[in-house]
Amino acid sequence: MATVTILPTPLDPSVCLATFPRSADDTGAVASFCGYVRGQGISALALEHYPGMTEASILRTIESASRRWPIQHAQVVHRVGELLPGDPIVWVGVSSSHRSAAFSACEFIMDYLKVSAPLWKRERDQAGQWHWVEARDRDHKRAQRWGMSEHRA
Amino acid sequence: MKVLVFAQLRELLGSNSIELPDGDCPANVAALRLLLAERLGDAFAEALADPNVFCAVDQRVVDDEHGLSPTQEIAFFPPMTGG
Repeated sequence: MATVTILPTPLDPSVCLATFPRSADDTGAVASFCGYVRGQGISALALEHYPGMTEASILRTIESASRRWPIQHAQVVHRVGELLPGDPIVWVGVSSSHRSAAFSACEFIMDYLKVSAPLWKRERDQAGQWHWVEARDRDHKRAQRWGMSEHRA
Repeated sequence: MKVLVFAQLRELLGSNSIELPDGDCPANVAALRLLLAERLGDAFAEALADPNVFCAVDQRVVDDEHGLSPTQEIAFFPPMTGG
């Protein structure tokens, strides 16, 4: 099972975790990650996506994760629109019988999402000017560690 | 045929899509890049020539040799920076 939500309104990670589906029978672990907007030098962040493809791309990443680890449910919630420093920007949750698969799949999904989901960031500096964020080499290196082509994820 | 553009490319173009007559559908992505560069001016041509600009056909990233037909959903965009 997989759920992907592109959210134009504030993201509340506590609600994501509280409502994350679990089975009393065989869910032994839920690993989750929440990313936040860092305020260093910026006054706001704006995110644009490709409606339809962004969701499809993240679902393909979750499918790749489920071929590698025995995961039960995975959920990704990603913000779009304008955000302020400190705002939650992305939430990833994964359940499994055991923690190892949940931890690994959560990290894998996050690493691939960053380089393969069509989302683009702009930052507003302290002077009020907007600048597009450049893709970072270290994000690609992190994704490549998993040994899979970024756009086949 | 309609070609969608996102982020910096959308800003450069001043619009989120380009409409081309179906009869103009190029054989592949490389030919479409050339056609758009010819029609849309130097700044856009330069941005589109960047090898880091992706093309997606029916919402999957493809390479320049990928064949095209007028009914497909085609998009160009810069490297992703989400998460």
